[in-house]
Amino acid sequence: MERELRVSKIAEGTVIDHIDAGRALYVLKMLGLTGSEGLTIAVVMNVPSKKLGRKDIVKVEGVILRGDQVSKIALIAPSATINIIRNYEVVEKVKVSVPPLVEGLLRCANPSCITNQAGEPVRSRFHVVSVRPLRLRCEYCGAELSHEDVVSQLVGGRE
Amino acid sequence: MKGRDVITVLDFSRSEVERVFEETDAMQRALERGERLDVLRGFVMATAFFEPSTRTKLSFQTAMLRLGGSCIDLPPEELSSRAKGESFADTIRMLDAYADVIVVRHRLEGAARFAAEIAAHPVINGGDGTRDHPTQAMIDLYTVRKALGRIDGLVYGVLGDLRYGRAARSFILALTLFNPKKIYLISPPQLASRPEIIERIRERSIEYEEVRSLHEVISELDVLYVTRVQRERFPDPMEYEKVRGSYRVTAESLKGAKPNLVVLHPLPRVDELAYDVDATQHAWYFRQASFGVPLRMALLKLILRG
Repeated sequence: MERELRVSKIAEGTVIDHIDAGRALYVLKMLGLTGSEGLTIAVVMNVPSKKLGRKDIVKVEGVILRGDQVSKIALIAPSATINIIRNYEVVEKVKVSVPPLVEGLLRCANPSCITNQAGEPVRSRFHVVSVRPLRLRCEYCGAELSHEDVVSQLVGGRE
Repeated sequence: MKGRDVITVLDFSRSEVERVFEETDAMQRALERGERLDVLRGFVMATAFFEPSTRTKLSFQTAMLRLGGSCIDLPPEELSSRAKGESFADTIRMLDAYADVIVVRHRLEGAARFAAEIAAHPVINGGDGTRDHPTQAMIDLYTVRKALGRIDGLVYGVLGDLRYGRAARSFILALTLFNPKKIYLISPPQLASRPEIIERIRERSIEYEEVRSLHEVISELDVLYVTRVQRERFPDPMEYEKVRGSYRVTAESLKGAKPNLVVLHPLPRVDELAYDVDATQHAWYFRQASFGVPLRMALLKLILRG
C-alpha cells in the first residue's frame, strides 16, 4: 500500500482506464490535448493491472468525451473503459468496443483503391479482421491496415 | 441467383458455382446445336470498360446477344462525358437507369463494389485493378472440369505474376471454394501471392507450396495456369532477364509432364507461353477462351431470370 500511486479525484471530466500500456500519449494526442489548454490532466503509465498486466490511465478534468472520440479510442486502446465524472462521482461507465465496421474515419493505404479517388462520392469502409493485434481490411480493395497504420493516421505520425 | 452482383468469386458458394457450370453445359449444347435462344429478349446489358479489353467485353456482348438481349456500351473516354470530368459514380448511375445489368472494368481496386453499391441493378465485375476477375475464374475452373471431369483432388500449378495479376489471384481464390489436392504457387519472390491469399488457402486447409521454378514441380501437375511475369515489375532489368527463363512455358519445358496435363492461360499471352505449346495435347487455352461465351450466357440468365 505504501507504494501505491495516488492521483486525486476529479470533480468533473473523464477518466480513461485500461489503456494498453504505453499508449496513453497516443490517446491524448488523438483527443487533441497538448497540455497547453490549461486543463488538469493526469497521465499514469505502465501501472500494474489485473486485466492487462500493465496499463495506462488518463484523467482529464473538465472534458466530457463525444461518441466519435470514444470510437477512435477503441481503435487505439481496445480494452479502455471510459468513466464520465460529475461532482466527483462516476455517472457513466462505458467499455469501448471496436465496431465491426469502421466507416469514413480512416484512409485506405492503397493508392489504387477507389476510396482514394478524388471526386468520387465514396467513404472508406473497413471490416475489422482482428482486434488484437488490430487488423482492418478495406471493404473495397482488400488492403489491410495494421495497428501502426491506424495510430499514425489517427494521431498524425508516430512519436 | 437472381439479382445478384458478381464482384469477387468468393461472393459465390461452391454449389452456386456448380449451378453456373450446369447452366453453362446447357448453353454450350444449345450453341453446338445452333439453337436460337431468346430467354433474355427485352433485357439490356451495359458494358462500361474503363480499361482495355478484348475477350471479356466481346464475350459478354456475344453472350447477351445470343440470349436475345441487347447491349449498350460506354464510349471511350474522349467521346463521352467523362472527358468533361463526369465521375465514375454518376456514369454508373446513368447506366443503371438505362440497363438491366452493368458489366464494369476499371483500373482502380474496389470500383466494381462501389458501382454495385450505387446501382440498383446487378453489377458484374469485369476486372478491377490487381484484384478480382470473377467470371474469368469461373471460366478457368469450368475448363478444368471439362478437361479432367473434376476440380477436386487435382494438383494445380499457378505460374507467373501472382501478386499483381488479377486472373491468377481470382483463379486461386476460386480453387479455395473446392478441394484441390495441392496448389503450387510458382513465381519469383517479388511476385509471390499476397498474404491475404495465403491466409485464405490456409483457412481452407488446402495444401500449398511456394516454389521458384516450374521445372521443380512439372511432373506432379494436373493443371498449369500460366500468367505473364511483366518486365515492368522488376526495378532492375538484369533481374528480369535472370528469372524470365524459369517462367516461360515451352513444349520443351512440358516434357516430363503428365500426359493429360491441362495448360490454361487467361490470354492475351506475350512470350510466356510459346507457340509450340499450341500443338501439344496440353493446350486448353483457346477452348478456355471459347467457354467465355456459354459461361457468361449462363451467368446472365441466372442473374436476370433466375
